Amino acid sequence: MTNRPMLEIVALEKRFGTNTILKGIDLKVSEGELVFVIGPSGSGKSTMLRCCNRLEEPSGGDIIVNGRNIMSGTTADLNRMRLQVGMVFQGFHLYPHMTVLDNVTLAQRKALKRSRPEADARAMDMLENVGLAHKAKAYPSELSGGQQQRVAIARALALDPKVMLFDEPTSALDPELVGSVLKVMKDLRDKGMTMLVVSHEMGFARETADRVVFMDGGVIVEEGTPDEIFGAPKAERTRAFLARVKN
Amino acid sequence: MQTLLDQFFNISIMIKTMPLMLKGLVMTLKLCAAVILLGLAGGLLVALGNLSPRKWLRLPCIVFTDIFRALPPLVLLIFIYSGLPFAGVEISPFTAVVLAFFLNNSSYYAEVYRAGILSVPKGQLEAARSTGLSKAQALVHVVLPQAVRNVLPDLLSNTIEVVKLTSLASAVSFAELLYSANMARSVTYNASPLVLAALIYLVLLWPLVRLVSRFQRRLAA
Amino acid sequence: MEGLHRFLATFFDPAMIEAHTLAVLAGVWITLEIGLAVIVAGIGLGLLLACLRTYGRRFFNFFIVCFADIFRALPPLVLILILYFGLPSAGILLSGPMVLFLVLSLTLAAFAEEIFWAGFSAIDKGQWEAGIATGLGFTGTLFHVALPQALRLATPPLVNRVLAITKMTALGSVIGVEEVLSAATTAQSFSGSATPLSLAAIAYLIIFLPVVFLARFLETRQRWGRA
Repeated sequence: MTNRPMLEIVALEKRFGTNTILKGIDLKVSEGELVFVIGPSGSGKSTMLRCCNRLEEPSGGDIIVNGRNIMSGTTADLNRMRLQVGMVFQGFHLYPHMTVLDNVTLAQRKALKRSRPEADARAMDMLENVGLAHKAKAYPSELSGGQQQRVAIARALALDPKVMLFDEPTSALDPELVGSVLKVMKDLRDKGMTMLVVSHEMGFARETADRVVFMDGGVIVEEGTPDEIFGAPKAERTRAFLARVKN
Repeated sequence: MQTLLDQFFNISIMIKTMPLMLKGLVMTLKLCAAVILLGLAGGLLVALGNLSPRKWLRLPCIVFTDIFRALPPLVLLIFIYSGLPFAGVEISPFTAVVLAFFLNNSSYYAEVYRAGILSVPKGQLEAARSTGLSKAQALVHVVLPQAVRNVLPDLLSNTIEVVKLTSLASAVSFAELLYSANMARSVTYNASPLVLAALIYLVLLWPLVRLVSRFQRRLAA
Repeated sequence: MEGLHRFLATFFDPAMIEAHTLAVLAGVWITLEIGLAVIVAGIGLGLLLACLRTYGRRFFNFFIVCFADIFRALPPLVLILILYFGLPSAGILLSGPMVLFLVLSLTLAAFAEEIFWAGFSAIDKGQWEAGIATGLGFTGTLFHVALPQALRLATPPLVNRVLAITKMTALGSVIGVEEVLSAATTAQSFSGSATPLSLAAIAYLIIFLPVVFLARFLETRQRWGRA
């Protein structure tokens, strides 16, 4: 693993009216690194993630992707940047009116301007990777939640992103379907993808994360290796949170 | 009974006036094509304006829809047809009708589109934007197809209203179906041509009315 | 500046406003009268038909559905002309306001019946079963359980339809009903000024804008309620 930062969050702030959600977040994710963000609900972790591709507009601070600050530049720059940052949502958000294949090719064709055959071939590769090539002609409503989420991952990967953001990717799934999605994420990590993951899957974090970040009240309270955070948390708030989720 | 039949269902008068009525029907269909297409397009633009985050765009669009929902279409038509010449703008019946109904229909279609767009979950737009699609691309490929599908029954029932609305064009002497029928009535002193016009409207619209009912039942189930 | 001045003189001539406001106001009164009568009769009949339809008698339902379909498919102006010009030669004389009232209230009844029926159809079958199981009987369940829920669902689309149909009172001008539009066009042809038409437009806006706002409010409330 190199140390080149792929995603840098600098002094990120986010306010809704008088309510401050993020109070100056600094976080670096190096190339090929998997950083796991944990914390109680309302701690601002999802908001932070959504600021990384400006689905949420930051109130202050900078987001630097692959050496380029995405807070400056035109709308076209922003769209180009979003191609480099893949995002996977808690609710999948597959397009219900399109087949699985079209879900995966739409942005390739319209944003990357790939030809139909090129986009199809790329999409089939990606669907193969997530084990769903045989569902290419199906509609999202015909798939299980786990399958939908794997298609959503394939949709993001088909655009050759430099970073992948995961926003509680397994929270909406039945327990027996979680494993298939986590396996895809682990494969992805093993191939060297840079990943920033917000999730409650502590076991998965322990096993695969390079670094774990604990957020609470809009700030990063503590960060370290999984062993440090789960084995010997320093901050009282981290300890309290971990004790709560263990039970 | 015989007088009623003679007065309302006089077959020989119906047959005699048929050519005139068919000409009127053709005009009605042409008018419908123009007015429906313009309304669908204008309504979409107004709906997008209605939902815009920019206030200077949103406010005029809201005022536009409210005013033209409140004004009776016939009032609008008469105002344009009889009022504009006073301001030195001469206007043909066809132009007056198309303009009046364009304003009226755009506001009605706009309300339908707006409901449709609002019915699409926000996550759809976010997912599309997160894959680098521009706002316009996300709208065209992701949001609008779902929006239109969700409000298809309302779009259809509004379109039925538009077809019925074109009968008002007779009030400014535009020679569509109802105008032709009323002409034939005044020449023959017999209401059968009007009944014939009613039957033509029924043949045209009854299937669509059934379709709307079927749609609604499916949505309710 | 010149253009604006001419525009105002054409459409908002103060002398004309003074001369014709009273006539237009008289029209407003007639529009309101007929409009209210149409609302009461149309909604009443529509509700009655929808309730009858819940009893599921094939024979009645066939006629109810035919009635609703025909009056939803026919342009009201066609019906108005048929009744106004056709009936006298059959020996039946109906006044202009009566024809307008009949046609519009039947049209509203047809739409209202469909809207109420859609409301009834949307009610969970379990609601009917619960009512009947607790001894309310069919009619009791209809009135105490099904109807209140159907009314709630029906209100937003019904207000929209009421708006669309009461606006059609303007069609009365075609058969000489002295409502707003008719008063304005008469004044316009006598005075040779477009100002009475502006007065009519303003009068309609004052009458119907509150209904538009009501419709918007109800729709918004329903959307939030569902979320």
